Amino acid sequence: MNATKDLLYRIADDCLIIAHRNSEWTGLGPLLEEDIAFSSIAQDKLGHALSLYRILHEEFGERDPDTIAFTRNEKDFTCCHFVELPNGEYDFSLMRHFLFDAAEFLRWTMLKNSSIASVAALAAKIQGETKYHVYHGRTWVIRLASAGNEESKARMQSALETCWPFALGMFEHGVDEQALIREGVFAGEDELKTQWEEFVRSTMVEAGLIIPEHDAAVLGGRKGYHTEHLQPLLDEMTVVFRTDPGAEW
Amino acid sequence: MYGNITIVEGPTEEHHDDPEKLAAFEAKIDRGEKIEPHDWMPREYRRQLIRMIEQHAHSEIIGALPEGTWITRAPGFKRKMALMAKVQDEVGHAQLLYSAAETLGKPREKMIEDLISGKSKYSNVFNYPAETWADTAVIAWLIDAAAIINQVTNSKGSYAPYCRALERICQEESFHLKYGYDNVVTLATGTPAQRESLQAALNRWWKPIMHFFGPPDKESVHTEKLVRWKVKMATNDDMRQQFFNQYVPKIWELGLTVPDPELRKDPVTGKWSYGDPDWDEFKRVINGDGPCNAERLAVRRTAEEMGRWVRQALARPQVEHYVAPLV
Repeated sequence: MNATKDLLYRIADDCLIIAHRNSEWTGLGPLLEEDIAFSSIAQDKLGHALSLYRILHEEFGERDPDTIAFTRNEKDFTCCHFVELPNGEYDFSLMRHFLFDAAEFLRWTMLKNSSIASVAALAAKIQGETKYHVYHGRTWVIRLASAGNEESKARMQSALETCWPFALGMFEHGVDEQALIREGVFAGEDELKTQWEEFVRSTMVEAGLIIPEHDAAVLGGRKGYHTEHLQPLLDEMTVVFRTDPGAEW
Repeated sequence: MYGNITIVEGPTEEHHDDPEKLAAFEAKIDRGEKIEPHDWMPREYRRQLIRMIEQHAHSEIIGALPEGTWITRAPGFKRKMALMAKVQDEVGHAQLLYSAAETLGKPREKMIEDLISGKSKYSNVFNYPAETWADTAVIAWLIDAAAIINQVTNSKGSYAPYCRALERICQEESFHLKYGYDNVVTLATGTPAQRESLQAALNRWWKPIMHFFGPPDKESVHTEKLVRWKVKMATNDDMRQQFFNQYVPKIWELGLTVPDPELRKDPVTGKWSYGDPDWDEFKRVINGDGPCNAERLAVRRTAEEMGRWVRQALARPQVEHYVAPLV
């Protein structure tokens, strides 16, 4: 697959799967306000995935967005493992949301300069939305870690440790990083990771949380190797659509 | 979403209000003015309103569950996005309503506690399962339609914060209705299997929809006082008739069958007659013996328990002094 298509699929698949996970909080959040917030973020992410699949369809000859999202096999997805993990409790979901959206925000900021006009235009719009996602995640992480109680602080520290190797897996290289950089499509995962670590570090200092020292990333998602959680998620997501993919829904 | 049946009156407490204040209060309502949180109000008025708004709020969060389970299964981007937004609205309605009830002096935590302990009720209709995708279409169209009839009526009531919340809720519900109708039309005009699943869903939901408005007026006890105080705004039968008038023709237009052979409109009186939707079942379900009562409360209880550490970690600010929004 060409490097640009691969990049767009990676970002879109991440958005689709995290949207699905975030939406699972609907009706179950620790506060009504958090139900509503996670649902808003999920709706935005679903919109981002749709916009990217549209670009893939309209400019790169891929199939239509519903077919892409609802009929591909698991091995054809290139989302990272981080987004596949079940929601667990609110501490894990919140920390994942912050770490993921910090990367998304920076990624879309970088993509505003993409040599692909449709991607740059989309980035200008989406960057504004992800700014609020980061703001939400950052506010809550700091609140629960530094202004909460002993339990909330311990939970946030533990969540950070659980998330960390999976978060690093977000920056697994695509098929041809050098081509993306050379052609000005995207400045690359390594550059993104550097910016992300700096941003996350400043938040964690404010929150009084300690970032794990190891640097072992969980990899494989970008190459189509997934956790045991993705297939059941896809089975559930497509259960109605599969009954008749040719029908109007 | 909310059913009229939740306006169940509790036993009247023996209490004597100051006759002068009571007269001024009633005169105000007679003049069509609204009551604000800091106005004097009879104790019974406050008690019945808390009960009613609280039950309405519970109905919204419990109501998010049957449809919410289909968000992860919705077929295609368009439906997935719309259903997420719709269910999110319902949770938002609960937030608005708990806030309205809090103005009367009962904290949200206490209300939720009463919900999960089973002490306070919510709309009966959410004690039935949404078995298929078509069920979500029927719910979004017809249950929301029924809720709108109920809520538009109640928004003309006397308690200002409740009325303001209902006006906003009704605007959002009218979008849900459009979403639901669009979904129903798609299935009704789709493949034979889609059409069949839609009819099956309508068959399942018809009885709960009839129950939604509450028992016939002749069996429904309510005091004249709540009508005078504009707490109870329309009778169960009036609202059910309005529903028949607005929606039965639309159901027929889609070529669907209403599963009630006795349903017909009297050409002379314009009134609809309908078959007994099994009011005994209604009573059983409201008393806890419906297909999903236990499950709904268990889900809510688990969510409350899992989220407790978050709420405890947040310093609980004093309930702010209620300020009526500028109109």
